[in-house]
Amino acid sequence: MVEVTMKVNGKSVTKSVKGNTLMTEFLREELRLTGTHVGCDTSQCGACTIHVNGLQVKACTMFAAEADGAEVGTIEGQADADGSLNAIQQAFQDYHGLQCGFCTPGMVMAAAALLKNNPKPTEAEVRHHLEGNICRCTGYHNIVRAILAASGQDVPAVAAE
Amino acid sequence: MPKDHGIGASQKRREDVRFLTGAGQYTDDINVYNQAYVYFLRSDVAHGKISSINTEAAAAMPGVVRIFTGADFEGVGGLPCGWQVTDKNGDPMKEPAHPVLAQGKVRHVGDPIAAVVADSLEEARTAAEAIEVDIEELPAVVNMAAALEGGSAKVHDDLSDNLCYDWQFGSDPAETQAAFDSAAHVTTLELTNNRLVANPMEPRVAVGEYNRANDESTLYTTSQNPHVIRLLMGAFVLGIPEHKLRVVAPDVGGGFGTKIFHYAEEAFVTFASRQINRAVKWTSSRSEAFMSDAHGRDHVTTIELALDADNNFTAVRTNTLANMGAYLSTFSSSVPTWLHGTLMAGNYKTPNVLVNVKAVFTNTVPVDAYRGAGRPEATYQLERIIDKAARELGVDPIALRRQNFITEFPYQTPVAVVYDTGDYVATMDKMEELMDLGNFDARRKESEAKGKLRGLGVNCFIEACGIAPSNLVGQLGARAGLYDAATVRVNATGTISVLVGAHSHGQGHETAFPQVVAEMLGIDESMIDIVHGDSAKIPFGMGTYGSRSIAVCGSAMVRATEKIINKAKKIAAHLLEAAEADIELKDGQFSVAGTDKSVAWGDVTLAAYVPHNYPLEEIEPGLEETAFYDPSNFTYPAGAYACEVEVDPETGEVTIEKFVSADDFGNVINPMIVEGQVHGGIAQGIGQALLENCAYDENGQLLSASYMDYAMPRADNLPMLDSYLVDHSCQTPCTHNPLGVKGCGEAGAIGSPPTVVNAVIDALQSGGHKVEHIDMPVSPGRVWAAING
Repeated sequence: MVEVTMKVNGKSVTKSVKGNTLMTEFLREELRLTGTHVGCDTSQCGACTIHVNGLQVKACTMFAAEADGAEVGTIEGQADADGSLNAIQQAFQDYHGLQCGFCTPGMVMAAAALLKNNPKPTEAEVRHHLEGNICRCTGYHNIVRAILAASGQDVPAVAAE
Repeated sequence: MPKDHGIGASQKRREDVRFLTGAGQYTDDINVYNQAYVYFLRSDVAHGKISSINTEAAAAMPGVVRIFTGADFEGVGGLPCGWQVTDKNGDPMKEPAHPVLAQGKVRHVGDPIAAVVADSLEEARTAAEAIEVDIEELPAVVNMAAALEGGSAKVHDDLSDNLCYDWQFGSDPAETQAAFDSAAHVTTLELTNNRLVANPMEPRVAVGEYNRANDESTLYTTSQNPHVIRLLMGAFVLGIPEHKLRVVAPDVGGGFGTKIFHYAEEAFVTFASRQINRAVKWTSSRSEAFMSDAHGRDHVTTIELALDADNNFTAVRTNTLANMGAYLSTFSSSVPTWLHGTLMAGNYKTPNVLVNVKAVFTNTVPVDAYRGAGRPEATYQLERIIDKAARELGVDPIALRRQNFITEFPYQTPVAVVYDTGDYVATMDKMEELMDLGNFDARRKESEAKGKLRGLGVNCFIEACGIAPSNLVGQLGARAGLYDAATVRVNATGTISVLVGAHSHGQGHETAFPQVVAEMLGIDESMIDIVHGDSAKIPFGMGTYGSRSIAVCGSAMVRATEKIINKAKKIAAHLLEAAEADIELKDGQFSVAGTDKSVAWGDVTLAAYVPHNYPLEEIEPGLEETAFYDPSNFTYPAGAYACEVEVDPETGEVTIEKFVSADDFGNVINPMIVEGQVHGGIAQGIGQALLENCAYDENGQLLSASYMDYAMPRADNLPMLDSYLVDHSCQTPCTHNPLGVKGCGEAGAIGSPPTVVNAVIDALQSGGHKVEHIDMPVSPGRVWAAING
């Protein structure tokens, strides 16, 4: 067992974990932050995407012990200070960028990382950035639309008749 | 002015807030006090005799609570099949036993041999490695044609062969043959509908919890239909009375059909939790999902189309081999038959349609319904052969379709069903308009200037949604009713819980269903909540699949709400001292016609629950009504799709440059949600056409058991925003349900595969390549090989 200390969504936590505890297991089982989802076992789907020291990371590819001393961000920490949806989350709702919601936390975290580095991405850049995140419900169309809208760019509105 | 409220409004989804903040509760998020974990030891060979299983060393390992094998399930029922199909010679289909854990033999890679229950998943997994299993490997049958040959290895020793049933349906065989004999032209095509894996992003999970105090079991499971699971597992597998069994399917991360079925793992955790008096949890890994979730499609078909001298279709005849896999999954038998054969008329007035399906057992994972279930297979065959016929005859594929469209409704097809409404000309017109076909040649020249080949593919389809009515499907072999149920429970303060049998796993029921009730009562949606997914809370409903939620369950909700209105009017008449016949409901106010006397919704509901001044001798207190709705017919959404592809002849890579769908879904409750459903369906259809394939080798090894090997569509594989148009403005309302709705969830997956393949063939032929057909997925390797012989 190793003791790890990290800041998760701004709050300091210290826990004793096994060396082989994955970050996904740590977040979901130790901290009960179940918004980070596990959708595959080969690091392909991206449902577990989080931020570690500001970088986009698949939480199933790292051990909790590796995050010792890190600043970790998960979907639970994404809302604005008053608890309302942040701009990216709001765009996902406005543009129907989710259906079953399972891949959604990873998509939002991936989008946040993209827009931090590239505030006005092209559509092709958005699609390329989502290579590591699989969605089976939306066909990505409205996810791309939501991310472009969150970047402040004009996109066609969703159906409104 | 777009509506912002009620039926037809693109209301934002209320469920999104919890999903977007990580507050959704999926089954794996549920942990029960003192739960144990199960790890299934699965077969790594496709076919073998289990000579021995030694669990002694494993049972002594740390944390192990108990190890189960097939022997522990003697006396427990097998997993049932929900639909009996009758062979063309009158015999019932063969129904081999499907044990919860393998007994004596393993029949596919992934077949569970033993289950280790331990204090932690890691301990369970480690102990499973110490189980000594001696399997005598047997020859496996994978190819369906080979499986039917004499001398082939048998999947089930107690059956005479690997044929589950030989089903024939439709027009008279002799008359159909006569139509072919007298045809001016006959086109024949052999094709494969590739095996797919549904791949909802949430893997399956099951938690069984036993409460010794009241002898009740609760199963938390990733299911599309909790009541059906309760019935199947309680009555047929474990023999637990239904009232002692509760099935809860909370937030479910996508289903696409694969979470309809009752699976061994659900029965196992429920059984094991009773045996060890402790909760048992199973979470599927993705690789495990590839080996244990029911697969989809997997047909090999020869289709023939006969045309007269004027290019009118005179007969369609198909012969299909349908893979059942090693066992019959819950609805597997109905998919290639009643969900497929009945749609073989398509949108066309072909007088003779004859369908033959041979269902075959092989040493592969069981195959069952996947988005569209039977209708994509029918559409793919028909729309591919129409395209081939048009090329052979040198006629325009759109004109050939238009010429043969059904234009008068209702229309009785030669394959049993009656289309109530439709306007296939209108959807084709809309598709042509949006596709800008007039400028196609210019776009093709632009592609050619870049060294690319551009092709145009079109396709029309019909589907049958909201499967029903119960008395008909019962005659056809269904072992379940196909109604749905809703309870509208009005609270004293006027807020409402609507308890529904439909299950939402991405379809947005929590938003769309309240829109209907709000519109009917003239109150705000925020006063209405939907409750679903818990057999202890909801009426006995049938869950969600086959685009049935709003057409069947929504209709039940309408009927229940009508009962509420009728009773509320009686209460209002009493409060207003008026005749019931004079009471009108508008904008949440009950008023007396022709007067200014009115009473608000909330006053009526309060009176119902606080009946101090209430005509108790005439009206019961309370305001809660239930309706069960059993439709008189399917609904028949239809559409016309087109796409343009660019093919790189150097590499064989196909890019979708433009995509248009024009659908008729009847009336639409929430256009935003409907469009989202179409996008998702089209993505899965494009995935089938270009990328996805579940591959086995000749020994039955599953070659595509992870996302490293199974190509899931990514954002880059789909058309760009400005070249992708989804339209549902052509609306012919369904005539036999109160909402006039038809269903939209599967359309995209049905309409897109032939569209894409037709476009690729068109592109190759435009480049002078004499390619008539490429089986899906039309991958770069297959396209390159087709070009280069």
